[in-house]
Amino acid sequence: MKTLVWVEHDNASVKDATLAVVTAAAKLGEVDLLVAGQGAQAAADAAAQIAGVGKVLLADDAAYANALAENVAPLIVSLADGYDAVLFPATTTGKNVAPRVAALLDVAQISDILSVEGPKTFTRPIYAGNAIATVESSDAKLVITVRGTAFEKAATSGGSGTVEAVSGTGDAGLSTFVSAELAKSERPELTSAKIIVSGGRALKDSETFKATIFPLADKLHAAVGASRAAVDAGYVPNDYQVGQTGKIVAPEVYIAVGISGAIQHLAGMKDSKTIIAINKDEDAPIFQVADIGLVGDLFTVVPELTAKL
Amino acid sequence: MKILVPVKRVIDYNVKPRVKSDGTGVDLANVKMSMNPFDEIAVEEALRLKEAGKAEEVVAISVGPAKAQETLRTALAMGADRAILVETDAEVEPLAVAKILKGIVAEENPGLVILGKQAIDDDSNQTGQMLAALLGRPQGTFASKVEIEGDSVSVTREVDGGLETVKLSLPAIVTTDLRLNEPRYASLPNIMKAKKKPLDTKSPADYGVDIAPRLKTLTVKEPPVRSAGIKVPDVDTLVNKLKDMGIAN
Repeated sequence: MKTLVWVEHDNASVKDATLAVVTAAAKLGEVDLLVAGQGAQAAADAAAQIAGVGKVLLADDAAYANALAENVAPLIVSLADGYDAVLFPATTTGKNVAPRVAALLDVAQISDILSVEGPKTFTRPIYAGNAIATVESSDAKLVITVRGTAFEKAATSGGSGTVEAVSGTGDAGLSTFVSAELAKSERPELTSAKIIVSGGRALKDSETFKATIFPLADKLHAAVGASRAAVDAGYVPNDYQVGQTGKIVAPEVYIAVGISGAIQHLAGMKDSKTIIAINKDEDAPIFQVADIGLVGDLFTVVPELTAKL
Repeated sequence: MKILVPVKRVIDYNVKPRVKSDGTGVDLANVKMSMNPFDEIAVEEALRLKEAGKAEEVVAISVGPAKAQETLRTALAMGADRAILVETDAEVEPLAVAKILKGIVAEENPGLVILGKQAIDDDSNQTGQMLAALLGRPQGTFASKVEIEGDSVSVTREVDGGLETVKLSLPAIVTTDLRLNEPRYASLPNIMKAKKKPLDTKSPADYGVDIAPRLKTLTVKEPPVRSAGIKVPDVDTLVNKLKDMGIAN
């Protein structure tokens, strides 16, 4: 089977979630990559170093600068003839583009796969991860999005892919990129961090959240996350949200502070290796999944913990 | 301008889904069903655009069983003007729903179609993007802000790194994220009024769409359970545990 992986990149390097997609694709067969962007040669060169990849197709055109689905989807469709499966990371960008490709190819998309069970059989979460479905496709061509935390990341070196330029399909003229307000942080990215400190609604307000959670995170060189309740209450921006409708994370250590453990939050972090919960309510559902729990007032416990680390 | 809002009848978001013991699916017998939460946000956004004078009519659509009428009546009670039920007892995959919606768009010529970004049952997150593809129109997915400006719409999107704004030429497809708005509750008088609003019933065949599934569900299982660990009495014990794990010095 021949597979094509759409690469998410920042023009210089390949994003981590894509490395997990390469691992998933390799379970199906040969892996080629597509790097679409403007001035993305360096990203294509980096992609060629990923272990196990064959060709790296580079489509360098202003139309692909911001990964607009209206422009990227026709490009992928134009290349799809030579492939049995096209795979994307289940990131916001991948989820935006993939169904557009699937519909143009007239195939069903298999969303957010957790494992490859056979050439056309996969597992995927449904009902916010409260059930796992095994599905088999009857389509000739597969369009798949891959949950990044469910597969090991492919090595970023040792590969000997060849970069090959492909011609683009141009600007569809339907949409334009206006602006992006991307959070800048010295801390690690949520989805690739080894340690995450997350805060919930119990943190009271934005100031208290920052004063309580940030020092602990900085001491541990951890990323900062939040529950939906904390994001909805405006303590931190939406890109901090961990959960079914936010980011799915699986760090080595997840420290949940003042988070009760709603189903939709657990869906986003329950694959973490070690979960530590700090909550004053000893009956909070978070303790049912935590490896280590500490019942106590976070406003005394967290500063004490930060000081003693 | 007319706005179409497709809505789906799903398990209520407060209900914990139970997997059937024979592994064929999730047990929906005698379970409370509601409008998909992201679709409520879509209805609300359409109504706000109408109230702001940007749209004249809001049409709610559902593809599903006869009982999806209740979901449509909820949309009508919130303020939608009329509704279309494309009735089928079969489970309809996102691609087939998108094809049915394409047929309705051809008849209704809306300026905007606003959908929830995903349904909380199958969590596919596909229908809006697929509809945009089939229509050859632009898409603004995971919207946290929607502003109509003449013959285009500006959509602020919730993306992994923060927010991104795109400008789409109309007609366009928008899918909603959680922070776009807070949906209103239907008042009792409006619930009564909704009973008299027009609701047309159609079938997938009316739009010439083959709804045969492309994916076969082989099994549905409970996820692996995580067992609770230990409770520590104080911060010092926690610090020692962290040291044992090598994440503190």
